[in-house]
Amino acid sequence: MSKKKTERRDFLFTATAAFGAVGVGATVWPMIDQMNPDASVKALASTEVDVSSMNPGRTITVLWRGKPVFIRRRTQDEINEAKAVELKDLKHPEKDEDRAKNPEWLVMLGVCTHLGCVPLDQKGDYNGWFCPCHGSHYDISGRIRKGPAPTNMEIPKYEFVNANTIKIG
Amino acid sequence: MSDHEYTPKSNFGKWFNDRLPLLTLANHLTDYPTPKNLNYWWTFGGILTFCLVTQIVTGLVLAMHYIAHADMAFDSVEHIMRDVNYGWLIRYIHANGASMFFLAVYIHIFRSLFYGSYKAPREIIWIIGIIIYLLMMAAAFMGYVLPWGQMSFWGATVITNLFSAIPLVGEGIVTWLWGGYSVDNPTLTRFFTLHYLIPFLILGLVVLHIWALHVPGNNNPIGIDVKKPSKDTVPFHPYIVIKDAFALLMFMIVFAFFVFYTPNILGHADNYIEANPLVTPAHIVPEWYLLPFYAILRSVPDKLMGVIAMLSAIFILAALPWLDTSKIRSAVFRPLYRQFYWILVADVLILGYVGAMPAEGLYLLIARVATAYYFLHFLVILPILGFKERTLPVPLSITEPVLGGSSNLAAARDDSRLDKLK
Repeated sequence: MSKKKTERRDFLFTATAAFGAVGVGATVWPMIDQMNPDASVKALASTEVDVSSMNPGRTITVLWRGKPVFIRRRTQDEINEAKAVELKDLKHPEKDEDRAKNPEWLVMLGVCTHLGCVPLDQKGDYNGWFCPCHGSHYDISGRIRKGPAPTNMEIPKYEFVNANTIKIG
Repeated sequence: MSDHEYTPKSNFGKWFNDRLPLLTLANHLTDYPTPKNLNYWWTFGGILTFCLVTQIVTGLVLAMHYIAHADMAFDSVEHIMRDVNYGWLIRYIHANGASMFFLAVYIHIFRSLFYGSYKAPREIIWIIGIIIYLLMMAAAFMGYVLPWGQMSFWGATVITNLFSAIPLVGEGIVTWLWGGYSVDNPTLTRFFTLHYLIPFLILGLVVLHIWALHVPGNNNPIGIDVKKPSKDTVPFHPYIVIKDAFALLMFMIVFAFFVFYTPNILGHADNYIEANPLVTPAHIVPEWYLLPFYAILRSVPDKLMGVIAMLSAIFILAALPWLDTSKIRSAVFRPLYRQFYWILVADVLILGYVGAMPAEGLYLLIARVATAYYFLHFLVILPILGFKERTLPVPLSITEPVLGGSSNLAAARDDSRLDKLK
């Protein structure tokens, strides 16, 4: 290939094209970003839940950012069962201790990691949750055991504000 | 565009046509030479145009009464059904019209598959058709979300979550599509906007589809190139117009049957329950026309691979003109392809059936076999068949078998008879 001498006009073409590309990008970005969560959606980022009336073996479902969150007060048997599972048996290995800081309370997003359905409580082959949409089975720690879901149900950011109140988000 | 020069008769016509040649276009469409052996499978292009216009007109009217807001959408649809004058009729036409549209498009697509209408020189027509089909699926999906019932909500959740299978950026894309952290009001309003837009995109593509068709002209049941105009062709008007009109009337009888006698049979009862983000219906099933692809999605145990398989099942069609290596277009002269064609038809019907069933046990096994066969047909059987198949002799013209002493195409299909002639 013969090397063509760079002329003033080549510089002008390149500079114009580059400047034009930046301009198009700056114009298109607002059109794309307007679809991302707006300020009013982001403002609803946390929810406080009173769990004082919950007995062991009960699950409640609360809405956080439009998504269901399961809060289960687990029985001692369930805690033992969750801790007894060996990590090598898990598709997405996570220790129960890492999922439930306070082993009595499991707080997790009630959203199947396959395609986002809400799994059913105390169903399935592992005594935990079962997603009716495409047949994913979760154990009592919300870990995926069988079915198409790739990962365990997500643990949101949460904290105990006091002994009776959980703040999610 | 026209093969001959056209001059309008009136002076005003001449004056106008010199400035905007609309009359030349009208004349081209009227005289357009069409193969004289087109059968009723060729009438679905016209039927599809009718379906598109019906959806646009009824949709426009529905949009005058519908409210695209998560708190009001469900009630506004019930308001259309109960309060708006003839609202029930317009909505039932629109909802069943979507199903009729897909019924017609599947017949149209399978007609192309049988008669090889996707082969050179008609690849661009075919690919535009596939794009139209994709847009139809997008429009149908988003339209189904608008009544904001349980199936609307959870269908939207499941389908948008397909994008979360994309590594790294998947979650971000899903949040972007939703405009939040779940399917909610921002999702509904943008789906309504796009649902309104897409039919007009389809309309534009239909114009391109027909334009591209009018360059080589129609394929025909024996799949040969015909000289135009010649003894093998008839003018579009009145011959094809009247045939299309008759077929359309028959189609409208089926359409009216659904609208007036079983308007909800193709829908799901769950969609008459308002959307509830806390409860997923026991069985989430898409509309019937998406079931084969849904079965493919579920037959793969891995999330990302399932999504890839489902999308490939659609996009593989766009590559069909190059996957089918046979030079012979029509299955009439391809004895082996004809059999594989019907196996494919059965395969797609089976996929549709298992797509509606729970994904477990025997159903899952059948779905896996049928999915594997679907890809086998396009990726292995079709390319090999073009080289291995012994095709039947193809007549030189549509008229030839007639002049050769036989009364109809049956002679051309009769292998032994043609062998004797050689």
